[in-house]
Amino acid sequence: MADAANGEGAPVEPQARKVVYCGVCSLPPEYCEFGGTVKKCKEWLEDAHPDLFERLYSESSVEASLSTLSLDAQKRAERDAQKKAARAEASEAREQEKKAAAKVYIKRIERNKRKYVTAVIGLEAHGLELKKVAKDFGKKFATGSSVTKTASGTDEIVLQGDLSDEVYDFITETYKGVPEDNLECIEDKKKKSG
Amino acid sequence: MFKKDINPAKKTKVKSSAQRALRSKLCDSYPLLAPYIDEIIPKKSQLDVMKLPDFATLYSLESHPLFVEIEKKGADDIFLPHLKLVHAFPHCFKRVQIDRGAIRFVLSGAALMAPGLTSPGGRLPPAEEALKPGEVVAVGAEGKDEICLIGILKMGTEEMKEKKKGVVMDEGHYLGDGLWKLSVE
Ligand SMILES: [Zn+2]
Repeated sequence: MADAANGEGAPVEPQARKVVYCGVCSLPPEYCEFGGTVKKCKEWLEDAHPDLFERLYSESSVEASLSTLSLDAQKRAERDAQKKAARAEASEAREQEKKAAAKVYIKRIERNKRKYVTAVIGLEAHGLELKKVAKDFGKKFATGSSVTKTASGTDEIVLQGDLSDEVYDFITETYKGVPEDNLECIEDKKKKSG
Repeated sequence: MFKKDINPAKKTKVKSSAQRALRSKLCDSYPLLAPYIDEIIPKKSQLDVMKLPDFATLYSLESHPLFVEIEKKGADDIFLPHLKLVHAFPHCFKRVQIDRGAIRFVLSGAALMAPGLTSPGGRLPPAEEALKPGEVVAVGAEGKDEICLIGILKMGTEEMKEKKKGVVMDEGHYLGDGLWKLSVE
């Protein structure tokens, strides 16, 4: 309305190109082949952008891209890619192992006579953002819930009230990434420092 | 230059007067970008700034990194666009091309070497459009659509053609480097 009248001209369409970036390695998909996660990248692309996948990974396009390199350079590039992939796989396996081993403790702590708080320790090792989880807890249980620093410098979530069992159930239902076997409810009697 | 991962620092707001100055400096550095400056940095927007290592500062708009200002001793600061901005407006930047074999070296943070540009898969501008040392240049790659590196030339393009060896660029921002991975959310 006012735009046309004030001489600035009609609003212009955005001119920026929209580029697709790989959901796995974050590069433009045509560069995925140089990272260590090609296999995963390809799976992602096939699912998310089938047309682009077809363009990049059809047999003819792969051949065309290789033919400009000398045989020697091709071999070197291939070896390099294999090494990278092996490294990425190893680090992922380590990550998985760590996750599988990381315990989550739900600790009932007695504050005053029959006043309890519930501390949840170790969720961050399963890729959860504590602040968000604390908010979820607070909403779900309608209670005070916050992220607190412990004496040892790590973060934990502290909820007001004795909610161990409820929290246990909520975690197993909501955060599927946390294996139930890793969850443990423990009790902290008064003034027992840990 | 941004080979290592960068720990995000605190973002602060850019004053509106500084933001206006910035807009005009950007347009001076990249005249071809000027027609789009209102889209990149809308007049009423609020830019954020974040200190990076090595006398560099990153400007961003909301969650979009835009460009890095690099302090140069005894010379004007250099404005290096973030690759996401280059991908959005690729034709606004001077461009050369490396051959396929050089891609993996560039993406692992190695200095750019002349043979990667002078070989059959590479591409350099003709003599009348020669690029000089100190210019910011986007580097494309044989068989690829998108720019994989942007940086400051160390050797002019005519000299490259002549010598066919040596370091061509060792200050730049490449796909997957610390700057690429830095989140400004
Ligand atoms: Zn990828």
